[in-house]
Amino acid sequence: MSTPYAKLPGWVEYGLIPLINLAVAFLVAGLVVLLVGENPLEAAYHLINGAFGRGEYLGFTLYYATTFIFTGLAVAVAFHAGLFNIGGEGQAYVGGIGVALACLWLDQTMPWFVVFPLAILGSAFFGAAWAFLPGWLQAKRGSHIVITTIMFNFIASSLMVYLLTRVLKPLGSMAPQTRTFAEGGQLPKLDWLLAIFGLNVGTAPFNVSFLLALVAAFCVWLLIWRTKLGYEMRTMGHSPSAARYAGMSESRITVITMMISGGLAGMMALNPIMGEQARMQLDFVQGAGFVGIAVALMGRSHPAGIIPAAVLFGMLYQGGAEISFEMPSISRDMIVIIQGLVILFAGALENMFRPAITRLFTMQSRRAAVVTQTKGA
Amino acid sequence: MDNIAIELRGIDKSFGPVHANKNINLKVRKGTIHGIIGENGAGKSTLMSILYGFYQADSGEILVDGKPVAIRDPNAAIAAGIGMVHQHFMLVENFTVLENIMLGAEDSQILNKGIAKARVELKRLEREYALEVDPDAVIEELPVGLQQRVEILKALYRRADILILDEPTGVLTPAEADHLFRVLEQLKSQGKTVILITHKLREIMAITDEVSVMRRGEMVATRTTAETSVEELAELMVGRRVLLRVEKGEAKPGEVKLAVEGLTVKDGRGVTMVDNVSFNLRAGEIVGIAGVAGNGQSELLEAISGIRRAVSGSVLLNGKPIDVTGRADPSELRDRGLAHVPEDRHHVGLVLKFEECENAILGYHHDKRYLNGVFLDVDAIRKDAEKRIGEYDIRPPNPRLKTANFSGGNQQKIVLAREMERGPDVLIIGQPTRGVDVGAIEFIHKRIIEMRDQGKAVLLVSVELDEIRALSDRILVMFAGRVVGERDPDATEGELGLLMAGVEGRKEAAE
Ligand SMILES: Nc1ncnc2c1ncn2[C@@H]1O[C@H](COP(=O)(O)OP(=O)(O)OP(=O)(O)O)[C@@H](O)[C@H]1O
Ligand SMILES: [Mg+2]
Repeated sequence: MSTPYAKLPGWVEYGLIPLINLAVAFLVAGLVVLLVGENPLEAAYHLINGAFGRGEYLGFTLYYATTFIFTGLAVAVAFHAGLFNIGGEGQAYVGGIGVALACLWLDQTMPWFVVFPLAILGSAFFGAAWAFLPGWLQAKRGSHIVITTIMFNFIASSLMVYLLTRVLKPLGSMAPQTRTFAEGGQLPKLDWLLAIFGLNVGTAPFNVSFLLALVAAFCVWLLIWRTKLGYEMRTMGHSPSAARYAGMSESRITVITMMISGGLAGMMALNPIMGEQARMQLDFVQGAGFVGIAVALMGRSHPAGIIPAAVLFGMLYQGGAEISFEMPSISRDMIVIIQGLVILFAGALENMFRPAITRLFTMQSRRAAVVTQTKGA
Repeated sequence: MDNIAIELRGIDKSFGPVHANKNINLKVRKGTIHGIIGENGAGKSTLMSILYGFYQADSGEILVDGKPVAIRDPNAAIAAGIGMVHQHFMLVENFTVLENIMLGAEDSQILNKGIAKARVELKRLEREYALEVDPDAVIEELPVGLQQRVEILKALYRRADILILDEPTGVLTPAEADHLFRVLEQLKSQGKTVILITHKLREIMAITDEVSVMRRGEMVATRTTAETSVEELAELMVGRRVLLRVEKGEAKPGEVKLAVEGLTVKDGRGVTMVDNVSFNLRAGEIVGIAGVAGNGQSELLEAISGIRRAVSGSVLLNGKPIDVTGRADPSELRDRGLAHVPEDRHHVGLVLKFEECENAILGYHHDKRYLNGVFLDVDAIRKDAEKRIGEYDIRPPNPRLKTANFSGGNQQKIVLAREMERGPDVLIIGQPTRGVDVGAIEFIHKRIIEMRDQGKAVLLVSVELDEIRALSDRILVMFAGRVVGERDPDATEGELGLLMAGVEGRKEAAE
């Protein structure tokens, strides 16, 4: 009785059920909008139009999605090894140091395609280093990773305040941020990609780190399902006792997994720092590390699920901003409520409609079987 | 007219492409013990889960006392007087016995009143059915036999008239099993009806009044127990004659492959589980370790295979030491020719969520033939798995099926195929046939003997005394962590039984 639900075809499992969950989330969100005395249809229109209605809007949606792909992948990788990395926020924040250092060093002398690879390495390195300690503490000292990664988020926050107010801030500036990077520290936009579809990216900071995110998603798929390390991670995630039996080193896998996870989270920093602001600012992560948890949950920790989930959350961010702009009585907080509902229905209550759908589906397939039988006779 | 407690009419159930129950008809007479047997995956558990409301039948009818009932969920089953004791217990580990029994059957919101009443009722049930347990003991501290008793009490407390037991003896010691059967007899004499699923035909013959046989989803026969035989039942189950006796020739023991000297192992709480154990295992022989479960056999296997640290002692594998007290590493030992079929296939030997082919390389995933650099060679892995599925007749023959969806016997074959296939020098096997049907037992026993005849050294641990006696060339008996005696396989059951109970052993050690 390990699987209480019968197996469903792929398109139901990964298509229909998430869509139904999503639809219900939006329905409930619509009721909330109704409660504050606004028209939910109008809100829905602004949400969707605000996210996809113009090239520029789409560019913003995909810009946010890029960020969430990185943090979602980070959470997913750890999850496969049975580790709950809540520290994506801090790891992304610290990953910013790597990006900033590469840019500050070379932006005036080198073109972006030289700086970018170094910034990738730097962000991954600093993110991984920030995740190494919690991993190591769990492997060697048994300190639970959920607790330590949360603590490391706070430490990262203080550390970055210190660095941005004392060390990385240019002399004479009042703002807690690095200097603005020259050309070499700015990533080109993907305007040509949208232009293929006849869209104009406008001012949206949709940039090449989106492509890097897609490559990262593919690499994560390779890692988890096609490498020996991924096999070991999954074994440990499903059954630590089987991993021990097979001779896998729990501490080694824990540390390596956390470093990969942290590296992915760190790479998120490329998008806002090199892709948008051309400098590192205080609090540039803005909760993306936590959104990554929801994205990984909704995407079932599979890259093919994480990408659409990230786009969905990108849409909520971008379209949500549009709603509060167009309909002032719906505040930012309302948008957070809607996002919360999506997380609730798509993540936590994922199985709510499954029994009913399963019943429907088995009934239907049986009828089909009867039909083919009688036809055959 | 016979009084029918339960009647099933035309029960049908499919899981996707798997047709688990095909048009099942069954009548269970009131006040009898009715056995249900069948190969692994025949659909026994599915049928009982339908009766208990865990699954819904796709079609068919259930009649209790001649009246049709709709059993939508376990609550409806309980209301209809049906209770079930599951193969894997469903108790709250850190609750007391009393709390577990009351759980979900509390009379009022105020617990105290209910508790006092429940305590009285529990006492009455205990007396009536000889089911003593301490109502204030915490579940996780009770041995499995007592936990099972709590499950039975739970059903009786809910006034069950019909009790379903799914493989209840798989986890019990022989003495606990005997006691369970006395309880079942007692229930029967009080007019209760019992449905018993088991793979042990001896138990069927000893205790049931009638027995029904399932094969590949169908109910193929029902017999009056007194008028049938073990041979007939085995044949009905498998569809062909089954060799119930193991045939094997003389052992030709060769050089020592595994030498264990003064091995001592403690558990997490510092209790000595294996106490100064020494023995030799030679090429071409099977050494069986007999003993009541929990007398250190598990820890012994784990220490030798490098999963658990020993406190002291030494082990030589092919003449070279294994660092059992330090850094012994299971994968290094595999490379050195030691294979291990663990006792607990669900948590240790397999990852149930993996595809079959992924489990077929567990522990051997470093092997070059499965790798392209750091990448898995998926084609090679699947091809290899397919080959093994053919050789070991693993059903269904699909290397990409999730392991949890294989039946118990086939899961065991997956582990055996993996561990035997590379021709290790030393094979250590724990509980090779736990929960496995007669056809598969025959197959597994044959393979183990084959390994021996190829000159491999086999160390076998089993709580089934019959199995130990049938397979072993020498028998070591463990009691309280120590080897208390060595016997030939033709030693009588009584003699081994006394050793296992620690009676003879104490004398021998004193001499
Ligand atoms: N939840 C499920 N999803 C898919 N297939 C299932 C499920 N439960 C059982 N099956 C399949 O249905 C068939 C019957 O399984 P069932 O557990 O009833 O067998 P069984 O007779 O109890 O076997 P065993 O003796 O090994 O316990 C098997 O082929 C099994 O793989
Ligand atoms: Mg079963």
